[in-house]
Amino acid sequence: MATKHSRSAARLMMAPAVILLLGWMLVPLTMTLLFSFKQYLPLRGGDLGWVGFDNYIRFVSSSAFWPSVTATLIIVGGVLAITITLGVLLAILLNQPMWGQGVVRILVIAPFFVMPTVSALVWKNMFMDPTNGLLAHLWRFFGAEPVSWLSEASMTSIIMIVSWQWLPFATLILLTAIQSLDSEQLEAAEMDGAPPVKRFAFITLPHLSRAITIVLLIQTIFLLAIFAEIFVTTGGAFGTRTLTYLIFQRVLESQNVGLGSAGGVYAIILANIVAIFLMRIVGKNLDA
Amino acid sequence: MSLKNALYAATALTLVSSGAMASENLVIATVNNGDMIRMQGLTQDFTDKTGHTVEWVTLEENVLRQRVTTDIAAKGGSFDIMTIGMYETPIWGANGWLVPLDDLSADYNADDILPAMRAGLSHDGTLYAAPFYGESSMIMYRKDLMEKAGLEMPDAPTWQFIREAAAAMTDRENDINGICLRGKAGWGEGGAFITVTANSFGARWFDEDWNAQFDQPEWKEALEFFVGMMNESGPNGYATNGFNENLNLFQQGKCGMWIDATVAASFVTNPNDSTVADQVGFALAPNSEGIEKRANWLWAWALAIPAGTQKADAAKEFIEWATSTDYIELVAANEGWANVPPGARTSLYENENYKDIPFAKMTLDSILAADPTDPTVDPVPYVGIQFVAIPEFAGIATEVSQEFSAVYAGQQTVEEALEKAQALTNDAMEAAGYR
Repeated sequence: MATKHSRSAARLMMAPAVILLLGWMLVPLTMTLLFSFKQYLPLRGGDLGWVGFDNYIRFVSSSAFWPSVTATLIIVGGVLAITITLGVLLAILLNQPMWGQGVVRILVIAPFFVMPTVSALVWKNMFMDPTNGLLAHLWRFFGAEPVSWLSEASMTSIIMIVSWQWLPFATLILLTAIQSLDSEQLEAAEMDGAPPVKRFAFITLPHLSRAITIVLLIQTIFLLAIFAEIFVTTGGAFGTRTLTYLIFQRVLESQNVGLGSAGGVYAIILANIVAIFLMRIVGKNLDA
Repeated sequence: MSLKNALYAATALTLVSSGAMASENLVIATVNNGDMIRMQGLTQDFTDKTGHTVEWVTLEENVLRQRVTTDIAAKGGSFDIMTIGMYETPIWGANGWLVPLDDLSADYNADDILPAMRAGLSHDGTLYAAPFYGESSMIMYRKDLMEKAGLEMPDAPTWQFIREAAAAMTDRENDINGICLRGKAGWGEGGAFITVTANSFGARWFDEDWNAQFDQPEWKEALEFFVGMMNESGPNGYATNGFNENLNLFQQGKCGMWIDATVAASFVTNPNDSTVADQVGFALAPNSEGIEKRANWLWAWALAIPAGTQKADAAKEFIEWATSTDYIELVAANEGWANVPPGARTSLYENENYKDIPFAKMTLDSILAADPTDPTVDPVPYVGIQFVAIPEFAGIATEVSQEFSAVYAGQQTVEEALEKAQALTNDAMEAAGYR
């Protein structure tokens, strides 16, 4: 049991880590807020003074703003739908007793260890290239005209690449959850004559709901900041410019730190709205 | 002076002089292209001569630009030497961010630098970066496919001829595209190419009052011509092809013609990398009938010293080593004359050994045909051929080229793209205080 003395000792020992972590978050956050109210143009002499809410107004009134929010939400939604659906299916499959189960599991999880930049490059050059890509050869083999994936179906392509990377994460979490499912319960249902679909819908799926919530929350947080895959494949062209990418363009390509910082503040607000919304709708599962 | 004091003085003097002679470790940011990688392999020669060691930070072009721009603007001080281009040099020079290079040694012979390169790397007549290599753009074509199509490439063709030749060379059954050109979004990729194409159709980015000109008929004509020709004879998915993608296609024998950087000539004629090495011919970049300006640009990858570095003297020694005639001879001795960094020095083109290289003359002619101070038919308020030398350009042109790439991918019409380009350019110029 913790005494008053041991509690204060614990606080003292944790203090450096807490201060460091707070600093780690607060310094960039404060600087972003500060810059967002300034006209800060590094290539034109740097800090040109306070401009109030000008950057905020300019950022949202730019014609690129709403399309970028839409693109972000489509990518997040698309990847979540694919990874969760396929993740559940794969988890069920991998849970079946089979020969070489260990190897298969490692293979399924492997994409998660590939760096986003590398996986985007591999997909772009080896699979989706309309002349030399594997998919182009496959299309030609069946007598079809190869598809220019990254320009003609840019959103679909990016969702595919990102889903490929995140599917192992979803599968891993869901597989762990499914392994904790009581097999006697399933057997009892089977003996009572419940068909497989009903057993899945009324026993397996409810059991997985907590794991699905975790996948949903963690993936959403990471996917809102998706960048490398877009940078490598389309460079933000063909309607794939997400909010993060737009901020990158404003800060680094246009060298307008103030405008980009205002965008950064909007992104923080958006991420928090989505997180709170998710917590309220699906977070209830975590309490159950 | 007592003996003790004399000893102190002598010790101090020794320390000072050895400090001045100390060998330094230079951190150099560079781009990951062939000539720079070759230079890294030869660094030992520099260390042997001067005692200074070198640490390389090699980055992909777009990433390099962002890293060095951020570093110099924020006074990060990560590098002693930076590899920058003709776009950055005059802007940074004007901001006082670079060490002037007007005091290089007499042996270096700065007057030998090609005048066009010198002008592009100077601000107010002061040289701020030394060209490692220089380039323009030109046509590279397959002689065998030209012959098969029953055509002959003139030294200075028009766009109309190029379009006909491209259609005649296209052989979809055998996966041969008449022409491969950049369509990839990005100001230095597709943005650069469509800008020089537009110049050769009489278009320009801005009028003399900095108003965007995308609502003018010349831009529409240029863009429609480009899209029409690429849809007829270009490779599938050209909207995502940049320099490297087209280089690969050409080396694999999948392009009849390719208009791009003159430095690519040594890569497409190198039998180790190119399946069509012995079939490549060269011609000047095309112009439109009745218009004098050609679709060729001017660029140099150059070495510059950020102001504020503590190692400016050692950095200057490195720049002199890397961009000197001695270095050119060192590469020639190791790898042959075809692989020396081209386009920077006049003397290279007077060298008997270099004259026999098949692309030497066309490279020089292309460089000489480009004038960054007079890039368009109508007068403009800016310097630069495939870019506009103002800090806002990189951001604006990247967005404009994204709109154009969407046209190449069939996602919007030429009119829609031009309308958006006009609006976003004028908005940005207004915000920057030009209009």
